[in-house]
Amino acid sequence: MSLFSNTTALLGKELRTEFRSRELLTTTIVFILIVLVLFSFTFDPTSDESRRFGPGLLWLAFLFAASLMLQPCFLREQTNDTLDALRLSVADPFAIFLAKLAANTLFLLVTELLLLPVFAMMYNVKVLPVLHWVILVFFLGSLGVSIAGTALSAISAQARMRELLLPLLLLPLLTPILVASTEVTIALLDRSPYVQWKGIGFLGVFDVVFLTTLWLFGEYLLEE
Amino acid sequence: MKNILAAIVVLLLLGAAAYAAFFVAPTDVKQGLIYRILYLHVASAWTGLTSFFLCFVANLLYVWRRQPKWDWLGVSAAETGLAFTTVVLVTGPIWAHPVWGIWWTWDARLTSTFVLWLLYVSYLVLRTLIEEPDRRGLLSALFGIFAFIDVPLVFGSIRWWRTQHPQPVIMGEPGSGLDPLMLRVLLFSWLAMLGLMTLLLRQRYRLEAMRGDLEIIQRELEAA
Repeated sequence: MSLFSNTTALLGKELRTEFRSRELLTTTIVFILIVLVLFSFTFDPTSDESRRFGPGLLWLAFLFAASLMLQPCFLREQTNDTLDALRLSVADPFAIFLAKLAANTLFLLVTELLLLPVFAMMYNVKVLPVLHWVILVFFLGSLGVSIAGTALSAISAQARMRELLLPLLLLPLLTPILVASTEVTIALLDRSPYVQWKGIGFLGVFDVVFLTTLWLFGEYLLEE
Repeated sequence: MKNILAAIVVLLLLGAAAYAAFFVAPTDVKQGLIYRILYLHVASAWTGLTSFFLCFVANLLYVWRRQPKWDWLGVSAAETGLAFTTVVLVTGPIWAHPVWGIWWTWDARLTSTFVLWLLYVSYLVLRTLIEEPDRRGLLSALFGIFAFIDVPLVFGSIRWWRTQHPQPVIMGEPGSGLDPLMLRVLLFSWLAMLGLMTLLLRQRYRLEAMRGDLEIIQRELEAA
């Protein structure tokens, strides 16, 4: 039970820190917007083409944005010298990871949902009829990105050149998420939409596998 | 003396494997001579994977036991694995061009090998960016664990969604099978490659051990 209460307390702290400044959310939203607009110049987005390429571009933009957004996750604790305090305050260091990855998932999901109407308008795809499925895919994908990203940002925060290092470590690791989420989203935005259960299941498996690994090895990531 | 003897044995093995590949194994009916690159290509791929698996085991043991020797084995195995995987990525296109008519195809095996290669390059880059030996050992070991666990997911995702191209002719689906003599030659080539891997691994391990000792001496001198 202490894991749960510790996690919720820390999650509250993460959310308060973010919503006081809203720095992460604003920058990430603007970043994704820029990427989406720039993508549209690299091909001629007729409706049929954007149905095929759109979801891939969207997920690529999400991944790039996430690799930037997850930077300060542990770096902030390090520059403020608060990591020791955090470690002392909880019985199980896994609570720190759980809180951070829950906050990151939430931030990513909020960003994605705010940008979804813009994407649907700009690339002329209908998302409303399949909205609940899109939200599920966004959630499972963002969860996977956040689990792996939170773990790796604890690694990159302790190295030199951290700003460059995190995308380098994270992006190849997220290949399965990119492939599966893109395919499921393409199926959902198809002219005759369908739910690709295989992909949704795959995303679930990815999340479970990485969460278990993080649970097993997380404490070593924070060792002094 | 022992080293020279081991080197001679490996050299003889490699020579015998080359002889078997060129003169013992029968010529492929469809592909003709070019298929003989299989004995280099596939044997290197298996050896590379063996090496990465060794790296994973060493990473686990380092996290558990914290003895520098496991760190040294980890980095040695990662580098040896990268060397063999590079051979795979170079011989692949050489083989693919005459047979499939293209240098590269985004097939499951090729693409996952490439992502695997990228992951271990990131592993080595990460190591160069952390000064302190204990921290470098621990953090790179943890990244190695995440990377290795990711490999089956990468392969699965690409195999399920990204293989629209014709399956490779040899070692494709079960049932495409290999001539028994060809298989025996292939296994023998693998054995020879494993010999080469052991040799490289041993040398690289000794180099890393010396570097470790050197670092300790340097730090003692700086402290004095």
